[in-house]
Amino acid sequence: MAKQIAITMETKIEQTLPMDKIVDKALKKTHTIEVTDAKVWYDDFMAIQGIDMVIKPNTVTAFIGPSGCGKSTFLRLFNRMNDYVDGFKMEGKIKVNGRNIYKDKIHVEELRKEIGMVFQKPNPFPKSIFENVAYGLKIQGIKDKKLIAERVEKALRQADLWEDVKDKLKKSALALSGGQQQRLCIARTLAVEPSIILMDEPTSALDPISTSKIEDLIFELKEKYTIIIVTHNMQQASRISDFTAFFYLGKLIEFDKTKKIFTNPEKQQTENYITGRFG
Amino acid sequence: MANATYQREVINQAGFDMLTLCLSQIEKAKEAFVNHDSDLAEEVMNIENRVNALDIKIEKDCEKFIALYNPVAIDLRFIMAIRKMNFDLERIADHAYGIAKYVVDVDKEIPDNLIKAVEFDEMFATIMDMFELVHDAYENKNVKAARKVFKKDKILDKINVNSFKVIEDEIKKENAIIAEALVLFSVVKKFERVGDLLKNIAEEIIFYIDAEILKHRRKK
Repeated sequence: MAKQIAITMETKIEQTLPMDKIVDKALKKTHTIEVTDAKVWYDDFMAIQGIDMVIKPNTVTAFIGPSGCGKSTFLRLFNRMNDYVDGFKMEGKIKVNGRNIYKDKIHVEELRKEIGMVFQKPNPFPKSIFENVAYGLKIQGIKDKKLIAERVEKALRQADLWEDVKDKLKKSALALSGGQQQRLCIARTLAVEPSIILMDEPTSALDPISTSKIEDLIFELKEKYTIIIVTHNMQQASRISDFTAFFYLGKLIEFDKTKKIFTNPEKQQTENYITGRFG
Repeated sequence: MANATYQREVINQAGFDMLTLCLSQIEKAKEAFVNHDSDLAEEVMNIENRVNALDIKIEKDCEKFIALYNPVAIDLRFIMAIRKMNFDLERIADHAYGIAKYVVDVDKEIPDNLIKAVEFDEMFATIMDMFELVHDAYENKNVKAARKVFKKDKILDKINVNSFKVIEDEIKKENAIIAEALVLFSVVKKFERVGDLLKNIAEEIIFYIDAEILKHRRKK
């Protein structure tokens, strides 16, 4: 209870702070993810078979592996998205900045404020561009219109969308192109100033130009955020990530610097996968 | 991905062809030089066109492979290694051409005693050993064989260093052989360079197999 009060107070203080102070605060957020012996079952099926991993702050980590290897399940553990899946059961610890996020005292809504997510398919709400980005802020109870407008503009600028939409903020988000919609979803995630952004194949439905824009964006965002991305595109993983984790049959086969994974991986299975010899 | 594997094998085979062709060029050039056989020397010079054509084919195939198949890990190291090996082999063939050109252009038969004095046969035998080791290393991904090439190169370096004094002494004994001695000295230098290039190729093979970069390491 005391923790929840503290969080509420922090939000109130944040509302009164000038914009540059809020930015400074966001810059100082450094969240490390530590996973210890994570195991996941869907009923009798063991989808994740005991994974240990430490993800450093302000890095981009790519999860790669064939379909069904458990990479998306593992990613969705970090913001407890699997909780709603029937038959889901989890063992092990996942700590974000030292706090076990699977303890009862953790509020999932607060967790998701800290850990945002972007999905494979752009999923804007059937609302205006402005309302889409402002949505998370309003859910948080922020009512200061000036602050909301500032945060919306900042998020849209960060997502490299401001110039495209600044004159049509009241237009429907559904009228945007696929690439713009995905950047809008990223802006919506950024607006609530998370520390960690999870991306589940964020460019798989986009054309090469939109993909390139999102990749550039990811590269820029890692200065302020910790980013974890699931991708089936090997070149994308090698282009944008600092670390790469290769999953196979629910196990973490190899986790190392991307440079190492794509030039001289330790494990034969990793090499076979990235060179297209199986998977 | 079967196509990528096939294309890689095509390049691999071209690498073998280049290695075999360059070995043959060096063997023929040596024969032509020792026996003062200008016909064989001209054959070497004509075959140089085939070497150049194969060099360009490998270069283009590598470029195509990188552009179309985005190689990573061992595939990337393979393609990087084979490009450098191809470059080094082409230069080995250039040295064979240079030796053959001496035979055709300089109408001087090198006296046997001079050839023996600079340990020319031992130098050539060492180069043949190095070719064999490189072939084994490349074909069987044999890093041990590749490492043996470095020791062999030291033999060539020693013969090369000694050759200066030996040739100087022989000239002092008999001034009339100056022209022959200078040609022999140049050929010894070329063989020493061939040894260096084979050593480079061995380094490339080790990089391809073990991802270890040996270039510019300090000599112990």
